[in-house]
Amino acid sequence: MKFAVLQFPGSNSDQDCVYTVRLCGHQAELRWHKDTSIGDVDAVLVPGGFSYGDYLRTGAIARFSPIMQSVQAFAAEGGLVLGICNGFQILCEAGLLPGALIRNRSLQFRCEPVHLKTATHDSAFTGEIPEGKLLQVPIAHGEGCYFADAETLASLKANNQILWQYANAQGELTEDANPNGSLENIAGICNERRNVAGLMPHPERASEVLMGGLADGKLIFDSMIAALEKRTQPAAA
Amino acid sequence: MKAKIIITPKKAVLDPQGKTVESALAHMGYQGVQGVHVGKYIEIDLADGDRDATRKQIDDACHKFLSNPVIEDYHLELE
Repeated sequence: MKFAVLQFPGSNSDQDCVYTVRLCGHQAELRWHKDTSIGDVDAVLVPGGFSYGDYLRTGAIARFSPIMQSVQAFAAEGGLVLGICNGFQILCEAGLLPGALIRNRSLQFRCEPVHLKTATHDSAFTGEIPEGKLLQVPIAHGEGCYFADAETLASLKANNQILWQYANAQGELTEDANPNGSLENIAGICNERRNVAGLMPHPERASEVLMGGLADGKLIFDSMIAALEKRTQPAAA
Repeated sequence: MKAKIIITPKKAVLDPQGKTVESALAHMGYQGVQGVHVGKYIEIDLADGDRDATRKQIDDACHKFLSNPVIEDYHLELE
């Protein structure tokens, strides 16, 4: 499988995303923000960082970059797109995901490991995560408080679009375990069509045991790869 | 011509900056503060031209780019 990893001025997790895809045994190529086409790829990763200095609002300027027009078209055709941290913010600004990410309730930049409960395994981003497993991955953000109006939140729940929620080590969705004040402890969601997802934590920074601790984040990449492989297999007769 | 745009968080949206400033004002002894909302102010210098067309254009920019309608309201003035 081939992944395109976008690169904006201010991206800082782009190389980590490329590294992780290659670690999974697949191909990854960088795409500069001024490129007009993502090319012939199977999936797109929108990495973390501070695109365009986070000026105006996080992701507000990046969403209008030339490469994002191609990502919009790719997503409209059903292509898999995952936004991580700033990438999640960009996808929300672009209207590819509902809601918005606002300043952390504490006003602090939070940089720490968190536990994630997978709310549904019915997605191309969570399919390979074992039932009941809590993921331990780091966060690093100042604007990760997920907000959506009541109507949007109700439709997220009704359509099973909440993918990950911040939990404590016992898997309980407590207020203490919520690092940024997100509604419903939301850490990540997908769109209604289930081909575009975003999350604030950094799975690519927790994909190799050698780099400290667990490799839980890799399960999200494994899920995408398994979903893509399933797509390319002919349907069973 | 000049466009003056004030962007504020929607009432339903958590505004931790506003809350922090509000409690700081109370700590400093300022009386009667019932709410604080922290937003942004943007000034755009514009070539002179048709006022209505300019307003329409800047209004479009406010809606699409300068504010995020999911979380913010804006107020536009031309002078």
